[in-house]
Order: sequence, then structure tokens, then C-alpha cells
Amino acid sequence: MEKFQTLHSSAVPLPIEEVDTDQIIPARFLKATTREGFGDNLFRDWRYQNDDTPKPDFVLNNPAYDGKILVAGRNFGCGSSREHAAWALYDYGFRAVVSSFFADIFRGNALNNGLLPVQVSEDFLHDIFSAIEQDPQATFTIDLEQQQFTIDATGQSTDFEIDAYKKHCLLNGQDDIDFLLSIKDKIETYEQQRQAAAV
Amino acid sequence: MGKTLFDKIWDNHLVSQVGEDTQVLYIDRHFIHEVTSPQAFAGLEKRGIPVFRPQQTVATADHNVPTKDQHLPIREELSRFQVDKLTENCEKFGVELYGLGHPYQGIVHVIGPELGITQPGMTIVCGDSHTSTHGAFGCIAFGIGTSQVEQTLATQCVLQRKPKRMRISVDGELQPGVTAKDIILYIISQLTASGGTGHFVEYAGSAIRALSMEGRMTICNMSIEMGARGGMIAPDDTTFEYIKGREFAPKGADFDTAIERWSLLYTDEDATFDQEYHFLAEDIEPMITYGTNPGMGIGISQAVPEVPAGNVTFENSLKYMGLQGGQAMKGQKINHVFIGSCTNSRIEDLRAVAAFVKGRKKADHVNVMVVPGSKQVEAQAKAEGLHDILTAAGFDFREPGCSACLGMNEDKVPAGEYCVSTSNRNFEGRQGPGARTILASPLMAAATAIYGELVDVRELLNQN
Repeated sequence: MEKFQTLHSSAVPLPIEEVDTDQIIPARFLKATTREGFGDNLFRDWRYQNDDTPKPDFVLNNPAYDGKILVAGRNFGCGSSREHAAWALYDYGFRAVVSSFFADIFRGNALNNGLLPVQVSEDFLHDIFSAIEQDPQATFTIDLEQQQFTIDATGQSTDFEIDAYKKHCLLNGQDDIDFLLSIKDKIETYEQQRQAAAV
Repeated sequence: MGKTLFDKIWDNHLVSQVGEDTQVLYIDRHFIHEVTSPQAFAGLEKRGIPVFRPQQTVATADHNVPTKDQHLPIREELSRFQVDKLTENCEKFGVELYGLGHPYQGIVHVIGPELGITQPGMTIVCGDSHTSTHGAFGCIAFGIGTSQVEQTLATQCVLQRKPKRMRISVDGELQPGVTAKDIILYIISQLTASGGTGHFVEYAGSAIRALSMEGRMTICNMSIEMGARGGMIAPDDTTFEYIKGREFAPKGADFDTAIERWSLLYTDEDATFDQEYHFLAEDIEPMITYGTNPGMGIGISQAVPEVPAGNVTFENSLKYMGLQGGQAMKGQKINHVFIGSCTNSRIEDLRAVAAFVKGRKKADHVNVMVVPGSKQVEAQAKAEGLHDILTAAGFDFREPGCSACLGMNEDKVPAGEYCVSTSNRNFEGRQGPGARTILASPLMAAATAIYGELVDVRELLNQN
């Protein structure tokens, strides 16, 4: 997993609530057996017509907006547990998603792939959308060490929460399996104790 | 202070604490399928490590399989490759596979309980959000992403933050024609699609207790649709009776010992929850959804809510569904009915459908697809004559798989058309690009198939 320390970027606004993982990557595109390439089908049915021509009014097809941060309405990533949703966002080029509320499984999947979910208040989210509305190329700074998100133009900033362990993993580019493999003796001890208790 | 059922099981599976928030949880049973496992096996290969406890993982092919002619090679190339990859991985890593053609094959959340693999007090994970289904047996069961599938294969553990506890009690007696599916759609409509986020739910109360295991599975299955990490119901005699005699259930004296242990799995009287809700069974009507998330549900007698001022998401949702705020749903013409999915494809569901349609014919303009949850359900339905009743009614009785619940295979609903579905999600495009899904119970789906429009099944039952 790539390290995540600070991110300075413009952002893509998606002011829609309840964006489920079926929208992020529809099931019919889950047939691949590798993690790469899902970005092509990110938001497929919002992004393309049935004949595969781009829908001009969808934000990813609007050249005014780009950047490594996606800003979306509340309850982002609800529904299916498909990690392909996090892979698709990452593969497309996003490194952080900002919302006022994340679904649990999506949040975990994102963190396991170096995609940072940044949860801010509903009011602050509104301010971010306003900043992008005023200037589509407005930039933002995410400082993971300080757990701080800043609207560069106004200097307005907010703290965000992240699990201490996951923060450590992201800052250092480590994943959970490295950690779990390192405590295998503890896992085996647990198994032996359980077996002994059952006899 | 007493403990909740959730805490009893969680604490019993705690291997280690990592920092303040994160814990290492031991996993008793791991289910895998073809769609969310290939990248996990590839990860193991890259690291050069084996599956740590292969006998605790069971695989099946369900999400991506055709539901016709399963004895023939899969025609669609990518699907065939994915299913073949599962077979190859299971052979290489020593994991038991109930693949296509195996008498135990089926939807992963149908076969686990049906084979007695799912047992009270266990921790169960699967790379599928509807893993919460297994909570009906008094398990901590939850969906995980592929990275965690890899963790489980590699170490039989996952890293988790302990969720908060919520209890939802439903007391009283259900009206005739109102089923487990209506209970859970009602709960989600009250709590919204995000109302359970961060929580693990225990369902309690006399109306829950009165349900069969199939009904309890339907309830726990949809916990994720309100954002909850999982749902569970304390095991009781109904649970033990269901498990008894199943393939992988404990037998003889072992079964008696197991019951003694399982009987301790309940929430202590003085245990507390972070959040509690109470509902009355009598308040629940046959439910349907009108929007594009499972929280957008109403009773069949109610009208579609008006769009709240300035709510773009809600407005888009009604536009997608081709519905207006204030309109009645009863009488809405329907072209497709899908009876299947891990929510409602068990034998009891097919019995309810067959009992309603016996001696009747589907409406001419409706396509009806019935997809049993497993090979065992399929065989049972044939043995009981349900298959004949459904076929005589003009229903298309198919072979097991996830099918039109998520439209990964060729079972899809055409753009712009309405489908009354016994599945769990009415998201945009879920059943195919542009498809308009209305979630309902098997009984409501059966009635829709016969009348060709949304009806209040209570009125029809009263006539009989």
C-alpha cells in the first residue's frame, strides 16, 4: 500500500447523498480477477450513456473539475461490501473522499487501500461545495499527521477523526496482513486456549 | 453489569487489542465466492503464504453463475473465467468448494445455515454485505471487503473496531399477510438507510421470537440496508430444532452439549444498549419501496411522500423511478417479478408463493422469475410439488444463484421497467441499467405476478 501523508489538490464535487457502491461500480463490471482497471468503469451508469458515449452533465465529464479529492453527500459508499468500489476510485486517481458520513464497510475498504475517507460536519461539507462552486480549481490540503482538512482559499480548516492504528498504517504504507502475520503466535495461543476450554 | 449477546460472543473471540480502538477478532467460519475472493488468493500467492486454516473456509459459486443450463460450460467468457479461477484457487489452497453441479451449491447465505455450518455463538465473515443473514442463529456475522478476505485466509482473524450496540424490539402480532420481510422493510423505513451505521443490531420482542428461522434470516439479512454492521437474534428452541440433524451440525451427545452451551447465548436483563427502538407488529402493513434505497419504503396503502424542498437526492430518486410525490402505489402496473436472493429464496418463501398461486395463472404481461437459493431448495421444491404449481402458473423456475438481485449474470430487468423483487436492494441499476426495482415480500411478489399490478395482499387473503 502507498503511503499517505499530506495531499494538496483540487476536488471533484458530487453533491448527491446515499451514493451506494452499485453506483460507484455496477456489479456487471466485477468480473475481473485483479485489482487494476476498475477506474474505467467508475460511476459507469452516471458517466456514460447506454451506447458508451459520455454524459456531458456528469461531473467526471466536465473538464472544469479535476483533482485527487472527491467530495460527496452523506452516507457515501452504502450498500454492497465490494472493495472494487475503493479500487475504482483509487484507480481513477482519487486519493481521498470527503463526506459528512461514510458507510462502515466502505470506510474500512478505503483505508485498506490507501484511499483516505475524511468525515467532516454537514456545515463544513457545505462550505467545501461553496468553495468549489466559486472556483472549480479551488485547492484543499489534507494533513493526515495533524488530522486536518483545510480550504486553502479561506484558510478555514477542520479536524477529522481516524483510528490511531489505521493512521499509523496509512502514514507508513503498511497493511493489516503484515500486522496480523506478525502476531501469529498470539493467534495460535488463542486457538489452543479455546480448544482446552472446550474439552 | 450484565452483557449483551453481542458482547458475550465478541469477547469470546478477542485475540488481541491494537491501540485504543482496534481489536483482533478470531473468525470461526469463513465463506467465500467467486467475485470477491480472486484478488485475495492472488495476495496470498504474492506473499507466498498458505491458507492458515483451510478447514474453516467453505466456497461456493453464486454471484456470477447462469441460472439456466448449469450443467453446460458457462457461455459468458469473463464469468466462466472467474468461476474457473475459484475452482483453481480452492484446489491449490485446499478449500472445500461446493461449485456448480454440486448438490450443496447455492447462494452462500442460504447454504451455510442449510448445511448446519452456521451455528450459534460463532463469528462468521464473508466478502458479501449480506453475511449478516447468519446472525439469525445468534452469531456475529458480517460482510468484509477483499483485503479482509485475504486477512482471514492468511490468519483466520480480522482487525475490527468494536461497533456500538443497538436493540430493536418488535412486539405484538402481525396482521395476516404481513411477513418477516415487511417487518424489516418497515424498520428500515423508520430508521433510514443509514440509521444503523456504526452499530450491531440485536432483534428482540415477541414478533421476532414468533418467526421461523427463515423469517429470522430475512430480518438479519437486511441489517446492512440500514447501514448496520450486522444483526443477530438470540438462539432458542426454534434455532436448535432447525439445526438438528443437518449435515455439519453436532450429532448425538455432542448436540446435547452444544445446546447447553448455546442456551447461554442471550442478553442479560441488566445489559444496556447504546441505542434502543421499539415497534408494534400491529402497525406494520405489507411494505413496498418507491425509491432508490431500501430506506424509501411505505405501507401498500400509503402514498409516495412529497419531495422535501431542495432535496435533490430524493427528487432524482423519484425521477429515476418514474413516480410522483403524493401518488398511490396500489394499482401500479408491473412487468417483472423476481422471487429469489439471499433475502427470500428459501423453501419457506417458495411454499408461501406456491400456496398463493396454486391453481392460478400469472397476468399475461408479467415475466416471473423464481430462482431457488440452493440446489437443496430446488430439490425440495420439486419433491413438494411447488415447482409444478409455479410452472403451471407460468412462472420461470430456474437454477440457484444470486441472479437478478444484482444483475451480474444475464438475468436482468430491462431499462425503465418495473420489477417487484423479493431481494434486498432497489439501488439505481441494481437489476440492470435503468431497471426500476420495488422491494417486497414473497407473498406480495406472488400477488403482483397474478394481478399484474401492485395489490394489497391483505384484501385478497380476506376474500378467501
